[in-house]
Amino acid sequence: MEVTPAALDVARIKKDFPILERQVYGKRLVYLDSAASSQKPLAVLEAMQRYYETTHANVHRGVYAIAEEATRLYEEARAKVARFIGAGSPEEVVFTRNATEATNLVAYSWARANLGPGDVVVATEIEHHANFVPWLQLRGEKGTELRVLRLADDGQLGLDDLAQVLAGAKLLAVTAASNVLGTLPPVRQLADAAHAAGALVLVDAAQWVPHMPTDVSSFGADFVAFTGHKMLGPTGIGALWARRELLESMPPFLTGGEMIRDVRLDGFSTNDVPWKFEAGTPPIAEAVGLAAAVDYLEALGMAAVRAHERSLTAYALGALKEHYGEDIVIYGPPDPALRAGIISFSYKDVHAHDISQVLDQAGVCVRAGHHCAKPLMRRLGVSATARASFSIYNDEADVDALVEAIAAADALFG
Amino acid sequence: MPGLEDLYREIILDHYRNPRNRGELPSPPAVRTEGFNPLCGDEVVVYLKLADGVIADLKISGQGCSISQSSASMMSAAVKGKTTAEARATIRAFRSMMSLHEQQLDAPPAGASLEGNGADDVAAEGQPGDQGVPLGDLEALQGVVKFPVRIKCATLCWHTLAQALDEAEATAAGP
Repeated sequence: MEVTPAALDVARIKKDFPILERQVYGKRLVYLDSAASSQKPLAVLEAMQRYYETTHANVHRGVYAIAEEATRLYEEARAKVARFIGAGSPEEVVFTRNATEATNLVAYSWARANLGPGDVVVATEIEHHANFVPWLQLRGEKGTELRVLRLADDGQLGLDDLAQVLAGAKLLAVTAASNVLGTLPPVRQLADAAHAAGALVLVDAAQWVPHMPTDVSSFGADFVAFTGHKMLGPTGIGALWARRELLESMPPFLTGGEMIRDVRLDGFSTNDVPWKFEAGTPPIAEAVGLAAAVDYLEALGMAAVRAHERSLTAYALGALKEHYGEDIVIYGPPDPALRAGIISFSYKDVHAHDISQVLDQAGVCVRAGHHCAKPLMRRLGVSATARASFSIYNDEADVDALVEAIAAADALFG
Repeated sequence: MPGLEDLYREIILDHYRNPRNRGELPSPPAVRTEGFNPLCGDEVVVYLKLADGVIADLKISGQGCSISQSSASMMSAAVKGKTTAEARATIRAFRSMMSLHEQQLDAPPAGASLEGNGADDVAAEGQPGDQGVPLGDLEALQGVVKFPVRIKCATLCWHTLAQALDEAEATAAGP
């Protein structure tokens, strides 16, 4: 039996986000672009401000009080993030700039050390460029083969030929939640099949970790990439989780300070994991902010977050269809239980840019474009879509504003 | 803050709904040039046929937003039948209108009006010899510069036309 989590008090949550008090064009700001970047609660902003006002110093260096405090805050943030995603230990979490740097860390370190001509990487047609282009580039450099799991017509990955596609593969790169369709691929099933075929598994969880309870061990993955700024945290910090023995076997990605144990005129040795992968001064204040974001999400409860966003997605899918019927095309799985809080749509033949521009005048922020997923756009047969995406601070009134604003676009272009 | 009426002038919507010179030309003899806006995925294809230094025919295909499509439509109407020199002067005048306003956006305090900058003022800022290039309907697009993100939508087809002219003239010059 699934336990029903307590509903979110969105009116109270909204008050925690100062930007939501802002008006544009004299209208209330209706922010429906959290899949691109979420807004930040006061708790995150204050934690970073407090850190700079009271504690800032470089980490892992000084022996003075504030340097030790800064180091402790930075490492506590790592431990907090590790717990939040169910990692076995904090040392399995490498801080990066963002999810893109995390996938590239796997491509530059693990893949370039382990893959060569003819080795097979499997990606999917619904990947964000961040989990696709690195594998195209690797193919060009190393002569690896890139196979692609296709999107089926029901908005899910087509798995009929899974065994064939994975045969002989060394790596499967797959998203946990599509940033365009909201599709939630069966990551565990895919990971098990990939492991059976002898491949490691890299999961792009950038759209998953901010919205669902996360347990990296239940993914069954070897690498999981995600980013702070989509989960109420600041920009400039993301993370790669990987199994410890993998991290230990991998060569460093960026080199310089912090990642080093010893340097001689004729060579160097590297620091322990995860610091081996954190060259240079890390994003310390950002880590402090990310820890505050994790606290905020944990206080709400990720099951409650998911339940809220799922229910809001169901409401939005219903409202858009009820008002616009055949004039609106919504991409991805029709069942809200099978998708994240992301709704990409086309309206008549009005271009996504024009829809977004008209919505903007109503204070409604949606993304228009290819969402860094051009292979998927080609598969859908469109050059761009409009995309509304939800977070904890959105409610039905926000969806109603979206629905109403589309009518204004219709009046102009329909 | 600028309003939608600054962007979506009636004449722009007319060209969007009823695009002029839409279609394709056999290539060769026509030159076919593609332009992409990597930010939004818009694409424009210009088919250009020169005869004795004159744009004898020109067709536009591709897909994009109302601004990119109407700009392409107005551009085709403005340069068809013109000499390549006249077409290049129009390109410079149009680009100048876009970039002039772009610079001005940085200069005046927020909310300062950009009205009153007609094509004549604009052309004066362009290359020597562009004075008095009539932009006609194209002036309706000057509102786009109040929406900096959309400037590339409006200029995409003009960059593509410039490239097509280069290719067509290189072909005409022959080996």
